[in-house]
Amino acid sequence: MANLKELSKKEEILSGGHRLCAGCGASIVVRQVLSALDDPVVVANATGCLEVATTIYPYTSWKSSFIHNAFENAAATISGTEAMFKSLKRQGKIDKEIKFIAFGGDGGTYDIGLQSLSGALERGHNFVYVCYDNEGYMNTGIQRSSATPRGAWTTTTPAGKVIPGKAQYHKNLTEIVAAHNIPYVAQANPWRWNDLIEKARKAFYTDGPAFINVLSPCPRGWRFDSKDTVKISKLAVQTNFWPLYEVENGVWKLNYRPKERKPIKEWMEAQGRYRHLFRSENEHIIKEIQEEIDKNWEKLLVKCGEK
Amino acid sequence: MNNKMTAITGNEAVAYAIKQINPDVMAAYPITPQTDIVEKYSEYVADGLVNTEFITVESEHSAMSACVGAAAAGGRVMTATSANGLALMFEILYVASSNRLPIIMPMVNRALSGPINIHCDHGDSMAARDSSWIQIYSENVQEAYDNTIQAVRIAEHMEVRLPIMVMFDGFITSHGIECVELLEDNKVAKFVGKYPPRYPLLDIDHPVTYGPLDLYDYYFEHKRQQIEAMRKAKKVVLEIGKEFKKAFGREYKLFEEYRLSDAERAIVVLSSTAGTAKEVVDELRTKGEKVGLLKLRLFRPFPYKEIAQTLSHLKAIAILDRSASFGAFGGPLFTEIRSALLEADKIPHNVNYIYGLGGRDINQTDIASIYADLEKIVKTSRVEERVKYFGVRE
Repeated sequence: MANLKELSKKEEILSGGHRLCAGCGASIVVRQVLSALDDPVVVANATGCLEVATTIYPYTSWKSSFIHNAFENAAATISGTEAMFKSLKRQGKIDKEIKFIAFGGDGGTYDIGLQSLSGALERGHNFVYVCYDNEGYMNTGIQRSSATPRGAWTTTTPAGKVIPGKAQYHKNLTEIVAAHNIPYVAQANPWRWNDLIEKARKAFYTDGPAFINVLSPCPRGWRFDSKDTVKISKLAVQTNFWPLYEVENGVWKLNYRPKERKPIKEWMEAQGRYRHLFRSENEHIIKEIQEEIDKNWEKLLVKCGEK
Repeated sequence: MNNKMTAITGNEAVAYAIKQINPDVMAAYPITPQTDIVEKYSEYVADGLVNTEFITVESEHSAMSACVGAAAAGGRVMTATSANGLALMFEILYVASSNRLPIIMPMVNRALSGPINIHCDHGDSMAARDSSWIQIYSENVQEAYDNTIQAVRIAEHMEVRLPIMVMFDGFITSHGIECVELLEDNKVAKFVGKYPPRYPLLDIDHPVTYGPLDLYDYYFEHKRQQIEAMRKAKKVVLEIGKEFKKAFGREYKLFEEYRLSDAERAIVVLSSTAGTAKEVVDELRTKGEKVGLLKLRLFRPFPYKEIAQTLSHLKAIAILDRSASFGAFGGPLFTEIRSALLEADKIPHNVNYIYGLGGRDINQTDIASIYADLEKIVKTSRVEERVKYFGVRE
């Protein structure tokens, strides 16, 4: 378990002064994940909010080596860097231990970068991939992705007179990654920071590919006050919208079980992107989403041996 | 010299060159007609004959992406591709060159889809001519092999630091068996030398940020530096060519002049068609016709001054393009050469032939007919049709 006092003494790899929005989940996620490291690291980053806000030339917020290549290829890029490390190490040209991590948003991971991720996972490179999932293309101005939840407003799923927000449920990327049978897969959230740091530690110190999908609330895109990022994160877990679990060498484990599951309505009420669902003609959508969440939770309990 | 003469295909020769270069990382995806390179290299890796970490990627996009990650990490990196594979890499070609990563890529020329076609034309590499990759074209198996070895030194030169693609013709050269001289392993190793790293990601005591957001306040300066590096590459191509000649005896320059100095009519062409045209030149010369050939080797950077100077004494030239630049005034080679000729004291009559798309064959009779066309142009001092489509049903 991470100790706050000890963590506060660690040097930050992502320095302050970057230009992410106040209340952005991404920088919290990155700092928590990197705090789990005891070794030097090379960071790759897909195009997105995190990249554009931390590396505006001639400045960089990164105290480690960092590479941004393009939107859809963070996993392939870090696989190349890791392969070079392996090659030089085998040839005796490098003797240090170095860790490799790629960060991508949900656009760069669930959608345009899925092939690159799948390929790198299947090839078995020794790296960690962290998706900071803010449920949409926030960097280009809040467009829908396959991670955008059903019912949510985005600029490409507007709350119209005929179509009230996004019609589809979001893709279950964590389970798709788990189907690659890699050594470590987890789903986490910045509210349960200790759980996230522990998962990051496991991911870094597992031999082979590891993946963590971290919910990353976005005040701009989800329409909530920037002081409420952690509160929103908490609601996501308490409503079972974003269950915390891990799959370690094929064994599924539930990491948190709310004492009493809160209704999804509470999570939705806290965010402006769902406002239109509270109109009387749309209320059936909330009911359907609730049913879907409950059904998925039951399935997860079975997978995790809780039932 | 103890170098051995071997009958071998272009792909095998290039795979052998890569084995001798022994890159730290290779990331490649199979595509016809490049596939044998990847297959052959897999055998070298499986038999433990190279130090290479071979990344068997799931696409060419990931091949080039992994090459960028590997080259930035700080080591020698290679890949190989053709046509649609190159097209899939396109976005990352620019990322590779803008990061000044000296990735080396044999590129087997094949027509781009669609319609899908696996045979030779130059539409693939010509589409990438503005991507800031150095481009070298090879006439035959020997040149493909020699150019691949020289490419390492050109790309990695500290004044250049740009990626390089070495072209040779799909099937004609990639699958054609020719008798070539393969160099000794230790001599190739000595020639290519150790990789000189620059700002490697893996130097964790000196962290660097690759690929930052670069807006209107710096982007243009960075592009200007890239233009300058490309300009300097020309000198380096000549230097490395000289060094190669000294070490191995074969001469490589910016282009080859074949019976050109006293010629009145000439063809300008890339790659394997030059071999066919040389035969025609020899035949016509026996009949007393003053014909010659300029075979361009270096297309990027384009040696416009040298070409203008070399061609200006001619009465008429035919520029042969094995690719179409849709909507442009002629093919890519033609537009470059016609523009370069404005630097010459005297501009010869010039005409463009678009030929051989999708692997349509061109033979000696065809080329002889082009020299005959040029004779007519010289006699009449008139070019009736500036851009011609050769060997196509209309």
